[in-house]
Formats: sequence, structure tokens, C-alpha cells
Amino acid sequence: MAATGVQLSRGLELIVKSRRNEIAVAYILMAPFIIVYAVIFIWPTIQMVELSFTDAPLIGEGAWVGLKNFWRLQSDRLFSTAIWNTFYFVLLSVIPSTLLGLVVALAVNRLKGWVQSVVLAAFFLPYILPVSVVFRIWSWMFDKDFGVAQHAITPFTDGQHVSVFRTLPLFMPAVAFVTIWWLLGFNVLLFIAGLRNISSEIYEAADLDGAGRWTQFRRITWPLIWPVTALVLTIQLILQLKIFDQVYLFAANVRTDATMVMVQYILKQGFQMNKGGLAAAASLVLFLVIVVLSVLQFQLLRARGER
Amino acid sequence: MSGTADGFDPPAVKIAARRRARLRHWDLVALVFTLITLGLAIVWAFPLYWALVTTFKPEYEVVRPGIQLWPEHFTLEAYIHVLTRTKIGFWYINSLITSVAVTVIVVIMAAGAGYAISQLSFPGRRLFWWMILASFMVPIQHGLVVNHFILMNQFHLINTLPGVVLPQLVAPVTVMIYKQFFDSVPKDFREAALVDGANEFQLLFRIYLPMNWGITTALAIITFIGAWNIFLWPFVAVNTEDKMNITVGITQVHDAFGVSYARDLAVAMLAALPVALVYLIFQRRVTQAIMLSAGIKG
Repeated sequence: MAATGVQLSRGLELIVKSRRNEIAVAYILMAPFIIVYAVIFIWPTIQMVELSFTDAPLIGEGAWVGLKNFWRLQSDRLFSTAIWNTFYFVLLSVIPSTLLGLVVALAVNRLKGWVQSVVLAAFFLPYILPVSVVFRIWSWMFDKDFGVAQHAITPFTDGQHVSVFRTLPLFMPAVAFVTIWWLLGFNVLLFIAGLRNISSEIYEAADLDGAGRWTQFRRITWPLIWPVTALVLTIQLILQLKIFDQVYLFAANVRTDATMVMVQYILKQGFQMNKGGLAAAASLVLFLVIVVLSVLQFQLLRARGER
Repeated sequence: MSGTADGFDPPAVKIAARRRARLRHWDLVALVFTLITLGLAIVWAFPLYWALVTTFKPEYEVVRPGIQLWPEHFTLEAYIHVLTRTKIGFWYINSLITSVAVTVIVVIMAAGAGYAISQLSFPGRRLFWWMILASFMVPIQHGLVVNHFILMNQFHLINTLPGVVLPQLVAPVTVMIYKQFFDSVPKDFREAALVDGANEFQLLFRIYLPMNWGITTALAIITFIGAWNIFLWPFVAVNTEDKMNITVGITQVHDAFGVSYARDLAVAMLAALPVALVYLIFQRRVTQAIMLSAGIKG
């Protein structure tokens, strides 16, 4: 009895030891991630919230001012412009690029073999380019004097060349157009993956029942692809609410506040005006807008899909 | 419908004939659709081609009206000018160093964290997992840009390459993908190796990582492309030409050239070259990684 007792406790000891060992290994493996996560994400987030309640400059201390920054944002015309422009851009880019992505995916999915690969690559290649390259390509395409895209514009303007990015009403639609050209491949890819997951047997059954193409699309493809559509819409929404790069680049020679978007407002207040507190408050608003809207949209879209 | 095969059942024959007619009709429609698709693909790819071909034209041809699809006088003047007269060499090296650093660190970090969360039990495991899931939607790069600047300034890393790298290292999605793949490795491998006296590190480096080599490649490629293409943070964190990444460099020194589209585009094509090459070589991996990060197992 005593011997087994000793053995048991030795076994227990080993288990405890290996358990302790497992925990140690786990923390060693997790350590780099935890440190980076804490330093680059958690800590700056706390700092941002704290900063948003002070009147601190970008670098340096400030006094606690309560909600004053948020009241200032609320009454700042430029901030309203930035929010309005951001939502306008989201409206112009998110839904069109999702619908076009689905249409192109349906079209590409019909093709076979190498033709399909080549066509898919044509739609996808722009997606992997850096934004500044996209900017260079399209400034050249739309160039007022020599751009080839002017050939597509002049029929509507009695032969007048248009400086697209310096004409305010055209600015956001043009940037949205370029953005759709740039990012469409991503949506197409996701939709094609979704389409391939729909079993061909369902279509064969529908064929036998004499269902036409349109009926098949409405009754089979559309409902079954809906989860992917919801996903694409949500990803695009999150992405486009953060719009900055293209708007900044295309407006760089114009330098007008009229095309300001939210991230640009944050940078302007923080780096140009040296108002760290106000910039942090605006960042917090951007945070909340993105989290709330994306959760809301995803839940809404999912609910629609489940109905 | 038993008579269909030998053709004795008149209604069935009629149905078959109608079907064939409909198919012929569909053939034509299908052809039209295919042509429209091809046309749209050409339109979509045209700006890329047009930009590339412009770089090989002499300046007087670039500004000639009309659409000239091939240079009359093929020249590399624009490239030579850009390579010798701008700091593109610096920008290239900066981009290469920072992108490779981000890729290596992110992949190692994510593989370790993914393995721990997937295979080991330790206090805080669930908490970390929930935090990773929660940060999926948070605009880390854009929302925190001001505070990242303040932080990097405290570390005296503004205008340095480590300062460009650090804020890019939070990659919750990469951890999520690793966890998902490590979860699906059969437990038998693990138990057999443990019986043979392997420790956790050997398990990770000898079994789990090699078994998911494809995923590591895919994640490394997509991380590299993302780091090469990033604009906002290097734009904020760097203020001297020598320290710029290529994505920022090519937009900031425009005026130094004067307006010359061939040169502007040549520098852009050079900036795009590495990611375009990586994509063309690893097409399948790139698409796989993109679908994985969107939450679709491809």
C-alpha cells in the first residue's frame, strides 16, 4: 500500500511538473505576441482615450478638460465635412464594388481553364498594387491634357477636357471609381470561392425542373451566396470608413478642406494644428463609428440571411 | 420516362428537341456573355498596360494626342533617369528591410501564439483568444496613428526603420489562421510524439509548422505584400527622404522631376515590381491567404 502511495504521488508530481512546464512553454510562445499587443495596441488605446479628455498638444502634457474636445468636434464645420465626405465615399464605393464584384465573379466563374485564370488575373492584379502606384496610374489616365480617359469624358462635355480631380463634384466619385478599380479583385475572389461552394447538383435539379437562368439566380445563387455578400459588404465598410490614402494623394495639389475625410481630419488636427487632445477625440469617434457600424451591419445582414 | 432512351416516347422526344433548341440559343447567349467578359477584362487591365507602355516612350511621344499602343521609339530613358537621379535606391532598401522584418516577426509571433492557444492550456488562454477576436474589427493602424506617433516619439524611433516596423506588428488575423490550422492537426501525432519524449518546441517546429508549411508561405507572402504597400504609417513616421519607404517616396518628390509622366510612371512601375512578381509567382498562395484572412477556408 505504502509503495503504491509513493508511486502515485511520484506520478502526480510528474503530472504537476509537466503541467507547470506546459504553462511555462505557453507563456514563452505567447510572450512576443503579448508584449507587442500590449505596447502597440492596448497601451496606445488607453492613452488615446485619456488624451481625448485633455487639451494636450501632440507632444507634451495637457490639462483635463472633460468632454470639451467632443463638443468642439460636434460644432466644428470641418469635422462635419469630414464625416459627411467619409460616408459619401463609403456609399459610392462599398455597394457598387460589392455588386460589381458579384457580377464579375458570376461572369468569370462561367469561363474555363486558362482563359478563366487570365481573366481573373486581369481583375485581380490591380488589388496587389501599392496605393501610390494606383494614384500615379490614374493621374496619368485622367490627365487633363494628355490622359486617355479624356476620350471617354469629352463626348459628354462638348469636347471640353475636364480636370477630374480639381472639379469638386467629380472628386469623390472619381476617387471611388479608382478605388473600385483597385480593390474589385478582392471581392471577385471571395465571391468565386462562394460560388464554387454551391453544389452543382442543385443547379442540375433546377434544370430538370425547367427553371430558367434568372429564376436559378434568384432562387439558388442569390440566397446561397448571401453569407459571402454580407461578409464582403462588412469588410468593405470597415475598409472604406478608414479612407485616407487615395483622397489625400489625389487632393494633394488642390489642398482644400472640402475633400477632407475623417482620418485626414485626425492627421490635420494632430500634426498640423498640434492639437493632440482634439485629434485623439476624433480618433475615438472613428473607432466607435467603425466598431458600431460594422457590428450593426453584420448583424443586420446576417438576420436577413437567416430569415 | 422509361421510353426516353430508345426514342419511342413521343413527348420525351419533343422535350429533348426543345431542350436542344434552347441549348443552341444558350450557346449564342453564352458566347456573347463570354465576349463581354473578355472585353471587360481588357478594359480592366488596360490602365496597367497603358502605364507600363508609357514608361518606354520618349517624352514627346508620351504627350502626343491619340492612343498609341506601342512606342515608336523604344527607350529606357525614364528608368535610367529615375534610377540615377532620385533616391529610389534608398526607398527600395528601406521598403525591403521593413517589409522583410515585419513579415518575419509577424509570422514567428503568430505561429507561437497560435500554437499556444490551439494546443496548450494555460491561465488566460480564453482571455487572450477573446482579445484577439475582438481586435479583428478595430482600426488599429488608422485609429491609433496619433498615439503611435506619440509612443514612437517617446521611444525616439521617429524617422527610423524600427519605428516604421513596430506599429505594423499587431496581426490578430494571422494568429487566428494559425490557430485554426493547428486545431485541425490530428491529436494522434501529438500523443505519439509526446510518448517518444518530444517537448513542445520540438512538436511545434518538427510537426505542426512543417505540416502547415503552405499556410506559413501564404501568410508570409500576404504579410510581405501588405507591408510593402502600407502608406499611412510610413507617411506619418518618416520625414526625411533617405528614410522613406518606396510607397511614400514616389509621391513626395514629384516636384523634383518637373512634370514628366514617363518618369513618374517608371518610378511607380519599379515600386510595383516586387509585389507584382510575388503575385505572379505565388498566385495560388496569394489567393489562398486572402480567402483565409477573410474567414473563408479556400
